[in-house]
Amino acid sequence: MGMIDDSRPIFVQIAELIENDIVDGTLAEEAQVPSTNEFAAFHRINPATAAKGVNVLVDSGILYKRRGIGMFVATGARAKLVARRTEQFFEQYVRPLTVEARKLGISPQELGGMIARAAGAAEKEAVQ
Amino acid sequence: MSAIVVEARKLSKRYKDVLALDSVDLKFEENRIYGLLGRNGAGKSTLMSILTSQAFPTSGEALVFGGSAYENDAVLSRMCFIRESQKYPDDFKPKHAFKSAALFYRNWDQDFADRLAAEFRLPVDRRIKKLSRGQLSAVGVIIGLASRAEVTFFDEPYLGLDAVARQLFYDHLVADYARHPRTIVLSSHLIDEVSMLLEHVVVIDGGRIIIDDDAENIRGSAVVVSGTAELVDGFLAGRTVLHRETLGSLASVTMEGVFSAQERREAQELGLGLSPVSLQHLIVRKTMGDAEWSAKPAEKPVDEAMEVPR
Repeated sequence: MGMIDDSRPIFVQIAELIENDIVDGTLAEEAQVPSTNEFAAFHRINPATAAKGVNVLVDSGILYKRRGIGMFVATGARAKLVARRTEQFFEQYVRPLTVEARKLGISPQELGGMIARAAGAAEKEAVQ
Repeated sequence: MSAIVVEARKLSKRYKDVLALDSVDLKFEENRIYGLLGRNGAGKSTLMSILTSQAFPTSGEALVFGGSAYENDAVLSRMCFIRESQKYPDDFKPKHAFKSAALFYRNWDQDFADRLAAEFRLPVDRRIKKLSRGQLSAVGVIIGLASRAEVTFFDEPYLGLDAVARQLFYDHLVADYARHPRTIVLSSHLIDEVSMLLEHVVVIDGGRIIIDDDAENIRGSAVVVSGTAELVDGFLAGRTVLHRETLGSLASVTMEGVFSAQERREAQELGLGLSPVSLQHLIVRKTMGDAEWSAKPAEKPVDEAMEVPR
């Protein structure tokens, strides 16, 4: 689990951490997520703030509440998150990459080659 | 909107020619953790003393549970005030202090107090006079936590506590508050240490409230923009600037407000660096102008110069 920092709203960061765990499979669909008090104790944050982060995910249908038992990952949550993150991928990763490449005089062709090489290496790693 | 448990109405306090509190209006709601932050001498302790009826205001009104706490046992037994330098009778030992607290506070948890004493390694059978500064603070912290009062004020409770003991305090505060919600007001100038525990932040400076907002609203409400001075200033034209620093032809400017996605892209294309501002950093910028933050000399301008992209 990642670290929380104090320069962005903490409820947003809590929601992102849970989303990350769902996207990479650490939290499977229909698995129970820790309680807000557990999140608060673990990250040493205000319990109300932790609850707000969890509630964001309940409101967007990523988590659901079972009365008296706790919070669970909804079926279909992972696909929903992957779709949303794919949309954000261009703004978050690709655009800054091209800005930096231009600064360094790396041509779009060279950049494409680099991406193919990195993707190949990542694939190999994933297979092993 | 939750019930209001503590309220200050136009509170002022004058010591001879010093105005320590200047017409303070403030409300604390039930079951929230508040941070009362500010520089040394800003008025934090004065405000807490008046709210708990340990001192009188020059004018204005302090209400706890809707009434005055002054010589009002019904109010006092529901409220706990841990001050920086609590005095105890000469022959008192920590166990005596805990015994008195047990009689006074109706929600007192003796098991919890014993556990805390063990964790803080407090010699409960030694005279309080003989305790170290840190051990004396531990006595206060234990009473503040184990009393589980509906309203608990901690006025810089960590004097002399080492980093481990302070962390113990913060951990127990969060965990016990989660199990037993109550109103906690924590005054501190160690903002970085406590900021993530707080739901609401009140910043006092020169006897006036300058920030009174949810911690989450304050986080992310400012940005540091850095790059060549000309580009930075052009980009920020018309914006509220909290602080400006230069290094040769480079500038690093703390700006209040948030950028749209479009503005972020523009900044990126101009080669400007955008970096977030921590709660502490923001409060420092708002309370010091260009003077030093007395309690935190760790803030070096060098750090900022390094954020400037080469």
